Amino acid sequence: MTDIAESMTAATDPWHFGPYGGRFVPEALTAALDELDAAFTTALADPDFGAELAALEVHYTGRPSPLTPARRFSAECGGARVYLKREDLNHTGSHKINNVLGQALLTKRMGKERVIAETGAGQHGVATATAAALMGLECTVYMGEEDTRRQALNVARMRLLGAEVVPVTAGSRTLKDAINEAMRDWVTTVDRTHYVLGTVTGPAPFPRMVRHFHEVIGREARAQILEAEGRLPDAAVACVGGGSNAIGLFSAFIDDPQVQLRGYEAGGEGVATGRHASRFAAGSPGVLHGARTYVMQDEWGQTLPSHSISAGLDYPGVGPEHSWLHDTGRAIYEPVDDAEAMSAFAALCRTEGIIPAIETAHALAGAMRLGRELGPDAVIVVNLSGRGDKDVATAAAWFGIDLDGHDQGRAPGMRP
Amino acid sequence: MRTLADAFAAARDEGRAALIGYLPAGFPTPDQAVELIAAMVEGGVDIVEVGLPYSDPLMDGPDIQAAVNAALAAGTTTDVVLDTVAQVATTGAVPLVMSYWNPIEQYGLERFALRMAEAGGQGVITPDLTPEEAADWITVTTRHELDRIFLAAPSSTDARIDRVASVSSGFLYAASTMGVTGGRTAVSSAAPELVRRCRAITGLPIGVGIGISTGDQAAEVASYADGVIVGSAFVKRILHAPDHAAAVVAVCDLARELATGVRAS
Repeated sequence: MTDIAESMTAATDPWHFGPYGGRFVPEALTAALDELDAAFTTALADPDFGAELAALEVHYTGRPSPLTPARRFSAECGGARVYLKREDLNHTGSHKINNVLGQALLTKRMGKERVIAETGAGQHGVATATAAALMGLECTVYMGEEDTRRQALNVARMRLLGAEVVPVTAGSRTLKDAINEAMRDWVTTVDRTHYVLGTVTGPAPFPRMVRHFHEVIGREARAQILEAEGRLPDAAVACVGGGSNAIGLFSAFIDDPQVQLRGYEAGGEGVATGRHASRFAAGSPGVLHGARTYVMQDEWGQTLPSHSISAGLDYPGVGPEHSWLHDTGRAIYEPVDDAEAMSAFAALCRTEGIIPAIETAHALAGAMRLGRELGPDAVIVVNLSGRGDKDVATAAAWFGIDLDGHDQGRAPGMRP
Repeated sequence: MRTLADAFAAARDEGRAALIGYLPAGFPTPDQAVELIAAMVEGGVDIVEVGLPYSDPLMDGPDIQAAVNAALAAGTTTDVVLDTVAQVATTGAVPLVMSYWNPIEQYGLERFALRMAEAGGQGVITPDLTPEEAADWITVTTRHELDRIFLAAPSSTDARIDRVASVSSGFLYAASTMGVTGGRTAVSSAAPELVRRCRAITGLPIGVGIGISTGDQAAEVASYADGVIVGSAFVKRILHAPDHAAAVVAVCDLARELATGVRAS
C-alpha cells in the first residue's frame, strides 16, 4: 500500500476526489468519455440546456418534490423532527429520473441514437427506459439474473416502455455483473450508443456529471427546510449503494459544517457474517469499474460478492466522492442490516402511510438511530429516494403476508 | 535473459512478425497452465502473455471470462501468476503479464515489479490503466527495467496515440477492433489503418490483438504489424478439449498454425 499512500497526496482535480475517482478503462472508451466530458461541459455553459432540463423537471418529473414533515414517524426517531424529501413522488418513483433526463438530453446532443444502462433494483432501468421512450431512443438494460427475479415488476415496466432487458448470468448475477456487461456492450457499440450510468461511480466524468444532475435534490431540500424550520437541519440522511441519491442531498450541505452528513450502507445479514454490502465498514481502497474507491475485495484485489435484501444497495463498490467524504470525516457511513431496515420499512408504512423502497428503508433506519442519539430538538432531513411498490413481494415474504389474499394476521414486528 | 526488444529484433531479422500468445495462469489448474504454455512455446510462440485472472474482466469476451473464473476457482493468486512467469522464463520464450489494474495495486506496485523482475518477467500489459493514472507505475517499472505496454484503439485520436506511446516501451498494443476479446470471422478492417497511424507517431513495434484466431488471419495481420497477438483462440481450444492431454496437443497445433501464418507474408 506504500504506492497508494504516495498518490494520496495528489491534488484534487476535475477527475478526482482526493486520491479517489480517476479513469481506469480500456483505451477504446477514452474517446467516448472525452466526448461525453466535452458535451457535458458545453451543455453546462448553454442556457438552453439548463432551460430544457428545468422544464422537463417541472412538467415531466413533477418537481419540486415535497419535503414532508413526518410527525408520527418522528416519534419512532426519539422525537427528533424528521422531514422526508419525497423523491418517491417523482415520475417513475425514485430520484433516478433526475440523472437520466440529463444524460438523455446529452445523448441527443452527441447525436447518438441508443442508450444502455445497468440496473440493480430496476429503478434506474425503468427511468432510462422512460427517458428513452420520451426522446425516441433505443434502449437496452442489463440486469443481473438474480435481480430480475427479485424485481420482476420493474422488468415488466421496462419491457412495457419498449426497452430490451438482458438478464446477466455472469458472476454473482447482480448489479456488479450488470455493469461489466454494460461496459462490454458500450466498448463494442460506442459510436452510436451512450452508456447512461446510473450512479456516481465509474470513470470520469460520470461521478461529477451524475452528481450534478442530482444536486436539484439538495438545492430544493435546503430551501424547503429553511422555510419550514427557519434553520439548517442537524443532519442530512440517505442510503448509499453507489451513492447518487446521497450525494444529491449532501451536495447542498457539504459546506455547512453544522449539518452532519450520514450515509447508510447495506449491512445485509450482518457485517460479521461476510454477507453484506458494507464497503466502508469492511472494504478498502481499490479500483473497480473505472474508479479508485472503497471496494469489497480480498487480499489479492479480487472483488468479493455483496449481499443485501435490497437489490439497489447490493454492490461491492461505492461512488469515489463518498470515499473522499469518508476519509476526510465530512460524512459518516454506517451499515444497517436487513432486519433493521425492514423494521424501519414497517414503521414508515404504519406511521406515515408511505411504503418506501427497501433501499430507502436503510436511510429510515439510520434516522431512527440518529434521532434517538440527537434527541427531540434535532431536525433531520431524510432522502426518501424511492417508493416501495417494486418491493411488495420481497416485503410480503419477509413479513409473512400471503399474496393470495389469505389473512395471516398482523405481520411480525409491526405495530398498529 | 531474452527481452522484448530481442524477440522483436529476432523476428525482424527473419523477415516476419513476432507471435504473441496469451493464456491465463492457473487455467485450468496452475500446473496444467504451465504445461499448456510450454506447448504454446513449443509450437512457435515467441512471447507469452501470462494472464492474471481477475474477478471483473470487463474487456474480455465469454471464453476468457470462463477461463479466468476456472482459474480463480482453482485458487490462482498473484503469487501463482508470478510462479508461472518464472517457469515460462525457463522455456526460452519472453514472459509478460497481462493484468487488470486492481490486483497489481493491491499486491503493491513495488512488490509486484520486484517479483516480476526476479521471476524473469520482461513486461506488463495493463489494459485498464490509463497514462493519466500511471505516474507511480512508470516510476517502479523503470526502476526494475520492466517494459510497460499500453493500448491504442481504433477510436484513439493521433494525440492520444502519442500520449499512450510516450509512456509505453517494448511494443504498443493496438486493439484491432472496438470490442471485447474473442475470435471474429474476419479481422477488423480498422486494424491496418490504426497500425498505419501508430507508425506515423511512434518507432515502437506495433502488436495487433483481438479477433485473430487462424493461421490465415495471422498471416494477414503479420503483413502490416510487428506482432500478432492471439488469446481467446487458445483458450477456446482448451475449453473444448476432452482432457488435458488433448488440450496440450490442440494448443501446440494452433501455435504451429499461427507460427506458419506469421512466416507466410
